[in-house]
Amino acid sequence: METVVKKNYHRNTQKYKKTLVKILITIIVAIVGFTMIIPFLWMLSASFKISAEVMELPIRWIPKHFTPNNYKAVWNIGKSAARDYHFGLSYFNSLKIAFINLFGAVLTSTMAGYAFAKINFKGRNILFLGYLATMMIPQQVTLIPKFVMFSKLNLIGTHLTLILPGIITVTGTFLMRQYFMQIPEELKESAYIDGANEFQIWARIMVPVAKPSMASLAMIVFLWNWNNYQEALVFLADWRLYTIPVSLTNFIEETSTQYNLIMAASASALIPVFVVFLAGQKFFVKGLMAGAVKG
Amino acid sequence: MKLSRKAKRNMAGYTFILPNLIGVILFTFIPIVYSLIISFTNWDFTKGFGNWNWVGFKNFVDIWSDKWFVDSLKNTIVFAVVVVVFTLIIALVLAVVIDRFCYAKTPIRLALFMPYISNVVAVAIVWVMMYSSWGPFTQMVKKLGVDNPPQWLGDYKWSLPSVIIMTIWGGIGYAVMIYTSAIQGLPRDVYEAAEVDGAGEIRKFFALTVPFLSPTTFFLVVTTLISSFQVFAPIQLMTRGGPGSSSSVLVYYIYQSAFSFYKMGYASAMSWILFILLFIVTMIQWKQQKKWVSY
Repeated sequence: METVVKKNYHRNTQKYKKTLVKILITIIVAIVGFTMIIPFLWMLSASFKISAEVMELPIRWIPKHFTPNNYKAVWNIGKSAARDYHFGLSYFNSLKIAFINLFGAVLTSTMAGYAFAKINFKGRNILFLGYLATMMIPQQVTLIPKFVMFSKLNLIGTHLTLILPGIITVTGTFLMRQYFMQIPEELKESAYIDGANEFQIWARIMVPVAKPSMASLAMIVFLWNWNNYQEALVFLADWRLYTIPVSLTNFIEETSTQYNLIMAASASALIPVFVVFLAGQKFFVKGLMAGAVKG
Repeated sequence: MKLSRKAKRNMAGYTFILPNLIGVILFTFIPIVYSLIISFTNWDFTKGFGNWNWVGFKNFVDIWSDKWFVDSLKNTIVFAVVVVVFTLIIALVLAVVIDRFCYAKTPIRLALFMPYISNVVAVAIVWVMMYSSWGPFTQMVKKLGVDNPPQWLGDYKWSLPSVIIMTIWGGIGYAVMIYTSAIQGLPRDVYEAAEVDGAGEIRKFFALTVPFLSPTTFFLVVTTLISSFQVFAPIQLMTRGGPGSSSSVLVYYIYQSAFSFYKMGYASAMSWILFILLFIVTMIQWKQQKKWVSY
């Protein structure tokens, strides 16, 4: 009897100890996690401050004169701004390009991925090898020729410079092919015997089962496009065409030291991706694992 | 006329990949060839199309006596290696600790992940301000008793490390996510057996977790190395390669040569040096994968 109690007591203290250690480590890791988001908190706090308060020392995390005016100025709500930064237009441009490219890239990748995985056409393997080889070529190699090509075609100064290459992704094609490879051949064969053609098989059988993978791809494509900086910088020469990343850099040059405005603009730029990410966390992570390198 | 099944298959296959293939040919294959061609010329964009002379390997020879190129190459390698080593060590420890000893795993991982999905321009802006003389970094260093805090981005010695710190901060979340999904697939019975044998947490970490995760580490080393070799936006936004050439990297110098100085031939040649760098990394991956991965 006594030994049982002792044993239980021993086990319980060990359990408590374990819980205590776990709580302690959670706190430490939470602090690490918290330092990771400090830049965001700092940005958020500065975006609600009046200009004079931003550079105040020591740093005041909760604004003394809390004001939404910075956002109003950035977005030119109620024509309140001293000048129009056309931030809303850039926002619209970014969303437009991101969504066109998202639908385009998912469609072309799902089609080509299916063909590479499930249709045994002549020259398939050679072509696929060619695709894989291009994944090793850095974007910067093709940037200059693309710029030259687009200038020659008079496309510099249109969004087609980002859309035409953007609706094609080798990484996405690879991702979808990998997915279709796992689908058993029988599924296709039985539909084939029932008289369905390749297009019907793709549209009615393959696309429905591939939806989770398509969602993953859609999310990484959105992320790539929303954050695409270098190409936008090179190809978009006019404020009417600017996307958010370029618009932000332009914004800094125009406002120079109005950090509260810059912070409000930056915070506005981050929101869509956070929303998309939180909404589809699982798909997002899966997609990012497959498409670590943009292409 | 009735087509044979084989002919139908070929037709279906090419119909499915056609949109994708046209895009890849136009925006990847042709640009690659074009880039290779102009890298052997002295083409200046301002002189117009076709107005170039063949110079053979001159560009590939000249770059080695170009101080900016050599410095940029060195900085790129230092940048990539330091980022990879620190990102992966921190991420591995965090991933294991979060998985084994933490409550509220998901919110913590989400917090770590936020920087990775954030718009690079917005993030760079925030960090420029954090590094400013009135920002939290300078404040922190001052509090630690340093009278003359470094000027971070404006400092010869600190400019590159400052960007490196930001990049590590931005990449940890991704590596933690990838490690986490690998950790969840680890064989539990092996750990239980080790516990029976009296192995402590530290021992289990080094004797089991690290070797078990070596394929994941390898994947992360390669992907992080490749994306670090291509770093551009933070440098362009935060330091413009300065002061001097202290933080210039390859892609930034390529961008400058092509789109500020319009030396297209010279810039293309440099982009092929970048390709060779990435090619070496990929080849090492192919060859060493079997040897390095230790189970």
